[in-house]
Amino acid sequence: MSAHAAYVTAAYALSAAGIAALIGWVWLDYRGRKRDLAMLVAAGIRRRSERARDGTA
Amino acid sequence: MSETGVPARNLALLGNPTRFLALAGTLVPLLAGATVIVGVVGLFLAFTAPEDYQQGITVRIMYIHVPFAWLSMFCYTLMAVSALGTLVWRHPLADVALKAAAPIGAVFTALALVTGSVWGKPMWGTWWVWDARLTSVFVLFLMYLGLIALTRAFDDPSRSARAAAVMTLVGFINIPIIKFSVEWWNTLHQPASVLRMGGPTIDPSMLWPLLVMAAAMTLLFLTLHVAAMRTEVLRRRVSVLQRMAARQAEHAAGRAAR
Repeated sequence: MSAHAAYVTAAYALSAAGIAALIGWVWLDYRGRKRDLAMLVAAGIRRRSERARDGTA
Repeated sequence: MSETGVPARNLALLGNPTRFLALAGTLVPLLAGATVIVGVVGLFLAFTAPEDYQQGITVRIMYIHVPFAWLSMFCYTLMAVSALGTLVWRHPLADVALKAAAPIGAVFTALALVTGSVWGKPMWGTWWVWDARLTSVFVLFLMYLGLIALTRAFDDPSRSARAAAVMTLVGFINIPIIKFSVEWWNTLHQPASVLRMGGPTIDPSMLWPLLVMAAAMTLLFLTLHVAAMRTEVLRRRVSVLQRMAARQAEHAAGRAAR
């Protein structure tokens, strides 16, 4: 591999790593908040609008 | 209703977080699929495009560096529009859009700086120079970091929304500085060769792969932004429910003590 090819490879590899980390963070953050919400709902904590809709206000 | 009233009403309808969550659930997979398809085509075109007669193979770095740089400015512009949404129209999702975009913009700006540096070493003989273009983009990166810190400084997002919107709008002055820095000052960085008066100066054999890669990166940005906005709406909902749970526990403890 030529010296210049190494620069191209490094640029693409660093970009792929950065994008993968960003996608991973966005996905894990979403899963975490969804889990938090599910736990609160399972504990019976619901917003007023949801309680009113279900007739449990 | 007038024709101009229809988009305004649609925007207002999107202000309902539940409606936005439903829309995001449909949009995210569609945008992600489009990102993969356009990205694969873009990478194929980038690696089959001819080498530059002067820069040789290193010109392939352009196909990621330039889209990252464009999106770093596009993301900040979107945040500035969101800031107006917070301050002028008080749209409920405007602050959500601003907060969700900041980390994505920071990563895209960091990647523009890193790929530019890796391209600069073989072409300029140096990793970095403090010229107007590089410095103004570095300032943009620092502004993203500042906004990330500010939007996460308080538990109650409404306390930071106004300050973040004002800071974003003040910082928007940096966007035209970045764009025109290569014309206003003597820089090592080359002048604009695509978005310029008189049309692009790049040969179509390199311009098309660049435009397709830019489209792929834009789709990636939109996918991540809608997904991050969805998470932010959930985070705020969790925060409200946690406060309700704390209040209920407090009342229950008070009744038990009596």
